Amino acid sequence: MHDFDYERPVSLVEALSLMARHNGHARPLAGGTDLIDQMRLGRHQPGALIDVKRIAELNVLAADADGLHVGAAVPCCRIVEQPLVNQQYTALVDSCRIIGGIQIQSRASVGGNLCNSGPAADSTPSLIALQGVCVIAGPAGTRRVPVERFCTGPGQNVLQPGELLVEICFPPRPPHSGSHYRRLIPRNEMDIAVVGVGAAVELDESGRTIRAARIGLGAVAPTPLWAEEAGALLAGQPADDVQFARAAEAARKIVSPITDMRGTREYRIHVTGVLVQRVLRAAVARARGEAFTYLPGH
Amino acid sequence: MATADKRPYKVIGTRPVRHDGADKVTGRAKYGGDMRLTGMLYGAMVRSPHAHARIVSIDTSQAEALPGVRAVVTSADMPAQGDRVVELGEGAANMRHLTANILARDKVLYRGHAVAAVAADNVHIAEQAARLVRVEYEVLQPVMNVLDAMRDDAPILNDDVRTESLGAAPQSPDQSRPTNIAKHFLFEKGDVAKGFAEADLVIEHEFDTAMVHQGYIEPHNATALWNTDGRITIWMSTQGSFTARQQTAELLRVPVSSVKVVPMEIGGGFGGKISVYLPPVAALLSRKTGRPVKLQMSRADVFEATGPTPGSHMRLKLGVTRDGRITAGEAWIAFDAGAYPGSPVGMACMCVFACYDVPHGRVEGFDVCVNKPRTNAYRAPGSTHVAFAIETIVDEICEKLGLDPLEFRLKNASREGTRRVDGPVFPRIGMVETVQAIRDSQHYQSPLAGPCRGRGVASGFWFNVGMKSSVTATVNLDGTVSLIEGSTDIGGTRTSIAMQLAETLGIAAEDVNPTVVDTDSIGYTDVTGGSRVTFATGIAAVEAARDIQRQMVQRAALLWDVDPAAVKYDDGRLLGPAGKQFTFKELAAEIHQTGGPIIGSGTSSSATQGGAFGTHCVDVEVDPETGKVQILRYTIAQDAGTAIHPSYVEGQMQGGVVQGIGWALNEEYWYDDRGTMRNATYLDYRLPTCYDVPMIETMIVEVPDPQHPYGVRGVGEVPICPPPAAIANAIYHAVGVRMRRLPMSPPNLLSEILQRFQD
Repeated sequence: MHDFDYERPVSLVEALSLMARHNGHARPLAGGTDLIDQMRLGRHQPGALIDVKRIAELNVLAADADGLHVGAAVPCCRIVEQPLVNQQYTALVDSCRIIGGIQIQSRASVGGNLCNSGPAADSTPSLIALQGVCVIAGPAGTRRVPVERFCTGPGQNVLQPGELLVEICFPPRPPHSGSHYRRLIPRNEMDIAVVGVGAAVELDESGRTIRAARIGLGAVAPTPLWAEEAGALLAGQPADDVQFARAAEAARKIVSPITDMRGTREYRIHVTGVLVQRVLRAAVARARGEAFTYLPGH
Repeated sequence: MATADKRPYKVIGTRPVRHDGADKVTGRAKYGGDMRLTGMLYGAMVRSPHAHARIVSIDTSQAEALPGVRAVVTSADMPAQGDRVVELGEGAANMRHLTANILARDKVLYRGHAVAAVAADNVHIAEQAARLVRVEYEVLQPVMNVLDAMRDDAPILNDDVRTESLGAAPQSPDQSRPTNIAKHFLFEKGDVAKGFAEADLVIEHEFDTAMVHQGYIEPHNATALWNTDGRITIWMSTQGSFTARQQTAELLRVPVSSVKVVPMEIGGGFGGKISVYLPPVAALLSRKTGRPVKLQMSRADVFEATGPTPGSHMRLKLGVTRDGRITAGEAWIAFDAGAYPGSPVGMACMCVFACYDVPHGRVEGFDVCVNKPRTNAYRAPGSTHVAFAIETIVDEICEKLGLDPLEFRLKNASREGTRRVDGPVFPRIGMVETVQAIRDSQHYQSPLAGPCRGRGVASGFWFNVGMKSSVTATVNLDGTVSLIEGSTDIGGTRTSIAMQLAETLGIAAEDVNPTVVDTDSIGYTDVTGGSRVTFATGIAAVEAARDIQRQMVQRAALLWDVDPAAVKYDDGRLLGPAGKQFTFKELAAEIHQTGGPIIGSGTSSSATQGGAFGTHCVDVEVDPETGKVQILRYTIAQDAGTAIHPSYVEGQMQGGVVQGIGWALNEEYWYDDRGTMRNATYLDYRLPTCYDVPMIETMIVEVPDPQHPYGVRGVGEVPICPPPAAIANAIYHAVGVRMRRLPMSPPNLLSEILQRFQD
């Protein structure tokens, strides 16, 4: 590995000034589960690592009237133990439980997963489904970017030199809503998504009609996708398999996967539809408060 | 399960704690990666980014100029080998090919092929320097597939390779042109045309299997010191210290006795840690610098530049009568050897019909060079490939004829006296008993319900080799015995060898202290491989124990002042006339007063075994929408001859099955168009994890091998052979598609399922 500087700021102001001083040659370090491996392989050679784990704003995990705030450095293991997230943002919990093993989950952050901007990132489809918004701080102040517009290509995103992802915030979940994430992997654990689907649904009081739905897709395009039309056409429709199949078809139309060692293009298109239906079924069951058990990988 | 009358044993068949257990579970065991020597330098390899290219030039000047760099070596530093063919313990090797595999000479033949090496003050400088070595390549067209490589117009890898015909008429009289087909085997028995004419049903299919890796956790490593007196010491992870010594000496063209190999603990090998890759390079760097040099591979290096097992293309044909008796079999088997000749296709030819009495057979095999790493042994090399083909065809025959697949196997099973298609006649073997064990098992007898679920069975065969082993044992004054052996311990053999010594001496396993030592400290011992150690090194240990018995008898006779013939060694006691008696411990305390130390020694060399058989039963569930397979239940029955330490026998059976499941479902070398393996990580090379396999249920069958004093058969390899076929059969019974390509990964299986519903 090459030589580099290491900084550990304790405030956001200090972090931003360090980022500015290194003038685009620094990379923020949260859990490091992607970054350190990439540096060992020589894929990234930053001149400095800015460790953001000591910054208060990046470690927030709390709800207020605006909804849920997840600091960019909060590790998966904290998220899966947070009671409100477990009740209302279950897709996020589903994602955080299957990112690596226990050791990885103790370090890896959702913010880091998003900033790494891998097409197959397991948390991003859930963030999209739950309407997450990125809060980004930089030399010019703070700006907000919806998660579905954050990634711009494999390993690429909207962050400009000197900018830092501070948190992802989510609007409060309406009543009668539920969400779920699952992925297809050839193994049952410790694997990378061949296709990943996150969905959040809101039902009416009867629990039979869908008021709104959002679907996020992973590993089927150069960036994670928001299947906007697939979600939109469910609005006002009965929550049943016929409608789920329509959504699946709509989702299949927007994907542009590649053939690689993880699966063929045809396979990924097919499985996109299969998973959209399964995930919607599960999200609806959760919205209805029905018992729903899910064994990852199966 | 005891399937034969057993002699009563006191130690054999028990489950003592392994002698190296405490070091292993506390992390104190020393592996190659732990080596730290004063003044040690760290090395890094320069590897080819191309699958096939001519080396135009190598410029090491920039690397050498980097501060902290102490030496750079290329193939120019390796001694010339000429056309020598050398016997290297596990078969003869063409030294020109072997040396070019260590450091490429004029061509690189696969991505990851080593081209140069650097030694520097630390690993970071070494890696940086490796990037500064400028290699100019003339890129050539790679050939990645065995059938493509056999075509007349294929790119040729080695211009010195001509087809060697073994039992077959030369394919082409023109031996002037180089070819990728290094060997052509042919075995024949009876009259195949007559056999197929007698058949009521003939099934024939083609099969493909992907190249797969052994997947040991510990990467290859070597630390070398070439001393100023010309003596070379190598600390390394190896399956065979003596074969590593010999290979290193031959590659460096130094006398074999000037090399000492110190085997460190080993984190898995499965056949892949027999060939040497790093030791000669580390030695050359050490000679240039006068300091010890350590080389370690990365995971990608291990995948790209060590010896996986071949991918294959096979055509298999089997004829049977209506009542389910095999009349004839024919097989055409082509293996990709990788960059240089030497795939186990010959073994595959011997194994393909070995489970069955095939009256008329013909087997043809081809060893073919392609632009992939030079292949090497992997647990029952060649047998898993052919088991996938034959055992799925047998299942299809049973389905078409409405026969129970186990009854079919019992009817056709190889038995004592059956002659294999390649010639040898089986001695007493346990194929039938393993089939019976599965037939009578709770698993096979229980119903399997539920949609998209299916059950499959398959059998498999693998040889057990004997080869050479040495053991010495010294008696301590406190009545314990120190056991010195040369067999590197991969699967708990310190304990299984110690138990045989203990049984023979009539002492406790805990009273034997086994140590694996370097090549200067014990007699020649062949590799830990071929399912041989518990068998052959066991025989040597029994010999050593008998040697000790003889000496103890003499000491007792001396103390009692009687003729040694009047003293009997019986179950750890020495019995003399008139009720005189010593326990082993009592007499051990007297040895310094009766002539000094007692050292027993034993060797074994020529014994060969009848071989090992196993039959497996698996239940699967297929997700018909995604093609993903879950293993619900798995039972293995295997003939162990006599299980010395049943826990280790079960461990071998379970480990083999898990590797077979990985091979069946997901493992493969996935290459892009340029011949680059795109999944050279454990993230994307999908070994099964503990979430993917159920507890493997084991049934040890014991049909003692008459050639071993305690009836031992090797158990390490055959358990990997049946799983791909058993799982393929189960998938068929679950969703109605016959898989004839490995791996049966979700995309591959789903495409077959979708095709079936289209048809």
